[in-house]
Amino acid sequence: MAQHTEHHGHEEKLPAQTKEIWRTFWILLIITSFEFVIAFTIDADHYKWTKIGIFVILTIVKAYYIVGIFMHLKHEVKSLIWTIILPCVFVVWLVVALIIEGGYIGFERFFFGK
Amino acid sequence: MASANNSTTAEHLMWKGGIQPMKVGYGKLMMWIFLLSDTFTFSALLVSYGLVRFSFPTFDGLRKNFEFSNAWWPIPERVFEAVPFLHGIKAPLVFVGIMTFILIMSSVTMVLAVEAGHRRDKADVEKYMLWTILGGIAFLSSQAWEWGHFIHGSADGLTLANGTKLFGANLVHNEYGPPAFADFFFFITGFHGTHVLSGVVLNVLIFYNAANGVYEKRGHYEMVEKVGLYWHFVDLVWVFVFTFFYLV
Repeated sequence: MAQHTEHHGHEEKLPAQTKEIWRTFWILLIITSFEFVIAFTIDADHYKWTKIGIFVILTIVKAYYIVGIFMHLKHEVKSLIWTIILPCVFVVWLVVALIIEGGYIGFERFFFGK
Repeated sequence: MASANNSTTAEHLMWKGGIQPMKVGYGKLMMWIFLLSDTFTFSALLVSYGLVRFSFPTFDGLRKNFEFSNAWWPIPERVFEAVPFLHGIKAPLVFVGIMTFILIMSSVTMVLAVEAGHRRDKADVEKYMLWTILGGIAFLSSQAWEWGHFIHGSADGLTLANGTKLFGANLVHNEYGPPAFADFFFFITGFHGTHVLSGVVLNVLIFYNAANGVYEKRGHYEMVEKVGLYWHFVDLVWVFVFTFFYLV
C-alpha cells in the first residue's frame, strides 16, 4: 500500500519529465531537416567550405543534445562530465592533423606518381 | 565518514567501499568509460576516412557536370540517391534521411523507457522497449537494403578506359569512385550496424527481463538506463556518420 502511494506521487511528475524529451526530439528533427535544406540550396561549387562548416557546427549541436539530455550527462557531476568530454577534445586535434597529412599524401601522389 | 553518504544514496548505487564516486552507480560509470573507448574506435575509422579522402583528388568541374570515375572521390549525394519501391527516381539522401529519422525516433522511445523505469512503471517500460526494438530492426533492414543497392550498383554501371564495365561495389572494385570509398563505406556503416545489432540484442534482453518482473523484484530499473546509454551512443555515432559520410 505504501508503495502504491509512492508510485502515485511519482506519476504527477510525469508530464514535466517527458516534456524535455519531446522538446529535444523536435530540436533534433528540425536541425536534421535544416541540414537537408542546406544540402540542396547552398551552391557547393562556390560555398563548399561554408557548407561544410555549417554541417560540422550543426552536428556538434546535435551531439550536445543527445549526450546532454538523452544520455543525461548535463545533469551528472562535473568530474564525470570532464572525464567524458576532455579525452574527446584531443580527437579534434587528431582529425585536423591527419586531414592535413592526407592533403600532403595526395600532393606527393599527384607529382611523383604512385 | 562513509556513512554520511549512506543515508542519501540507494543501496544498489553504493560501491563496495561504501562511497559513490562521481555520484553514479558502478555499472553506469563503467558503461560511460566503455563508450569513451568506443568513441575512440569510431573516431579512428572516421579520421582515417578523412585522411584518405583528402589524399584523393576531388572532381575538377562544376557539380552539375559530375561523373563517376576511379580517378577522383565521388560526391556522396550522387551515390546514395535510390529509395526502395521508387526505382529509377533520383532522390538524393532521402533514404538515408529516413534512416536517420528512424534512429532518432528509437532514441526517443529509449529515453521514454528510462523515464518509465524511474517511475517503476513496468507496463510503460515494456511498451517503450518494444518500440525501441522495432526502431532498431527497421534501421537494420534499411541498412541491408542500402548495402544491397550499393553492392549491385546502378543500371548503367561505369565504363573503364579499356572498355570493360563495372557494376556496383565490393572491397576491390567500385563503380562510384576509388575502391577506398567502398571500403570505408563497408567498414564504417558495417561497424555501426554491428553496434545497432548488438544494441537490439541487449534491448531484447532488457525487455525480456522487464516483462518477467526481474527489475520490479530488484526494486530499480538501472539496467534500462545502462543499455539506454549504449543505445543513445549508437544514435550519436550515426549523427557523425551521416554528416561526414553522406552530407559533406
